[in-house]
Amino acid sequence: MTTTYLKDIETVARNGGAKAPWLEALRRQGAERFAATGFPTTRDEDWRFNTLAPLTQAEFQLAPADLGGVTAADVAPFLYAIPGVRTLVFVNGRYAPALSSPGEVPAGVTVRNLAAALGAQHPALEAHLGRYAEPGKGGFTALNTAFVKDGLFVHVEKNVDAGAPIHAVFLSDGKVGNAASHPRSLIVVERGARVAVLESYVGPAGGTYFTNAVTEAVVGDNAHLEHLKIQRESELASHVGTTHIHQGRDSRVTSFAISLGAAFGRNNLDINLDGENIESQMLGLYMGRGRQELDNHTNLLHAHPNCGTREVYKGILDDRAHGIFNGKIYVTPLAQKTDAKQTNRALLLSDTARIDTKPQLEIFADDVKCTHGATVGNLDQLAGFYLQSRGIGGALGRKILVYAFAAEILEEIPYESVRQGLEALVMARLDERGEG
Amino acid sequence: MLEIKNLQAKAGEKQILNGISLTVNAGEVHAIMGPNGSGKSTLAQVLAGHPAYEVTGGEVRFEGQDLLDMEPEERAQAGVFLAFQYPVEIAGVSNAYFLRAAYNEIQKARGKEEMDPIDFLDLVEEKLKLVEWGPEIMSRAVNHGFSGGEKKRNEILQMAVLEPKLAILDETDSGLDIDALRIVANGVNKLRRPDNATIVVTHYQRLLNYIVPDHVHVLAGGRIVKSGGKELALELEAKGYEWLTEEAVTA
Repeated sequence: MTTTYLKDIETVARNGGAKAPWLEALRRQGAERFAATGFPTTRDEDWRFNTLAPLTQAEFQLAPADLGGVTAADVAPFLYAIPGVRTLVFVNGRYAPALSSPGEVPAGVTVRNLAAALGAQHPALEAHLGRYAEPGKGGFTALNTAFVKDGLFVHVEKNVDAGAPIHAVFLSDGKVGNAASHPRSLIVVERGARVAVLESYVGPAGGTYFTNAVTEAVVGDNAHLEHLKIQRESELASHVGTTHIHQGRDSRVTSFAISLGAAFGRNNLDINLDGENIESQMLGLYMGRGRQELDNHTNLLHAHPNCGTREVYKGILDDRAHGIFNGKIYVTPLAQKTDAKQTNRALLLSDTARIDTKPQLEIFADDVKCTHGATVGNLDQLAGFYLQSRGIGGALGRKILVYAFAAEILEEIPYESVRQGLEALVMARLDERGEG
Repeated sequence: MLEIKNLQAKAGEKQILNGISLTVNAGEVHAIMGPNGSGKSTLAQVLAGHPAYEVTGGEVRFEGQDLLDMEPEERAQAGVFLAFQYPVEIAGVSNAYFLRAAYNEIQKARGKEEMDPIDFLDLVEEKLKLVEWGPEIMSRAVNHGFSGGEKKRNEILQMAVLEPKLAILDETDSGLDIDALRIVANGVNKLRRPDNATIVVTHYQRLLNYIVPDHVHVLAGGRIVKSGGKELALELEAKGYEWLTEEAVTA
């Protein structure tokens, strides 16, 4: 049902029209594109495994601004005690200063909410916003672009180390049923700079809302970005999150995508390796139960020589959960000496859980090393025997093995408090399973 | 304690054990030696219940119980311990968590009280000395990123904590340098008691300089072809295995 959205777009345009003409034009472009194409359907190749109808047929209205009902206690479960962390909290897509602690930032670093940065006309905005996540790329990005208003904005000047990570928490309060928010974030890391950003998408249990997020990150030559996306939405919510990362030569990116929540959760991760000697790592963990559908679509564009990528996604699916992994690696004729390694492993804990996995290697250069491996299976038998030989069998043995499977991804997270927090969540999930 | 009668086992279609009989009494150390492919590691793994092997004949009694009828975890709970030739890495699960889980599962099976993390660390502190380790090893993931020597020491640490009645060491000496070998052997010796027993599976005589066996058995072609005292190991070191394996073929 696109009509509700179109009505909301009109209202937004009428009420709080953008001051800057370029922004006005960007939103209009998004609106026009969405009006023309609407949402994708399962006839679209990129969405053919999905169960889209419950999301695209429902009427989601633009979520109201927080009316002050959300307290620090509502946010606390989603925070991590990273030393020096700077936290920005957004409620229903709008910045909530009272719940945030942005702290001090070093000279040359800007950390603000997007609306404030737009108001202050930060020059990086016009140069970068909407340049990577093109509205033409799909209905969800177009819709988000039509509503560009608030989200995280980070800018790090060249050769500056931004220091402690920045954590943006996007919380939907779930107080109004079928409310939609469209957080839009931009991270600009100039040449030789370095920053770490966490994005959490969260909501209270039982909330039936829709988060449609887009993040663009541009990582300059020789710059470093560490990006963690942690999706802990309500298990009745819908989440479509698109992250576009554009890398310059000699740059380094590590991306984590951890998905635990949402009835329908889709991550799109597009990385454009736009220079030589780039290295990127993409790590993902998704854990579904009940009837959750968790989808990771990653898309790597190797456009220049001598770049290396390592991608490892792991899924744990229980009950009737449905996992989807589509890993596209596109290597242009120019991108010789590409070294791309992709692994997707899924663990099915019940007979009714399922996974659709599709590696998609399109290679047009002849001197490259591209590997992919997909395994779907049950628990590691050898490790199982090892546990048994120590007296640990049955449900406890299985729990430890599943936990170890997940921990292989989590242990690469460089922040102890985040790692421990997520490990505890995984363990709690497995405890809730009981005997299986 | 352990009575093996005419044990036969295969892996897939391949018959590996062709009728092994062996009795191990409390307080004894038995060495099982033999060339590669003789079945000595298979024997160790069959006793622990490795799922890759199928027992095709014979019987094994452990303290009167039918060992072959028990799940691997039940065997461990009854007091059988296998020190693996290739200990398995378990990412993300700390040694402390793993060892306490094992200890408590065994306690539970014996109708004894489980131990909380604090008391357990006290218990472990003593055992760590046996393998000359500090407490930091307890927070590392089980065998994850451990060197070959560290993995073997970790096996002995587990053995020290779980205090089995019957310990089976499967090529625990392979890949160890002389210092690690000394530590491992020393640990095993200190754990020897009149009421427990040890089976040492090894290819080389070297380990037996440190862990002195009461009985030595030579396996070839899935059978025990010769048994003797500790001097048999020295004879093997001097003469190799060939004279015995030939005897086995012509016999």
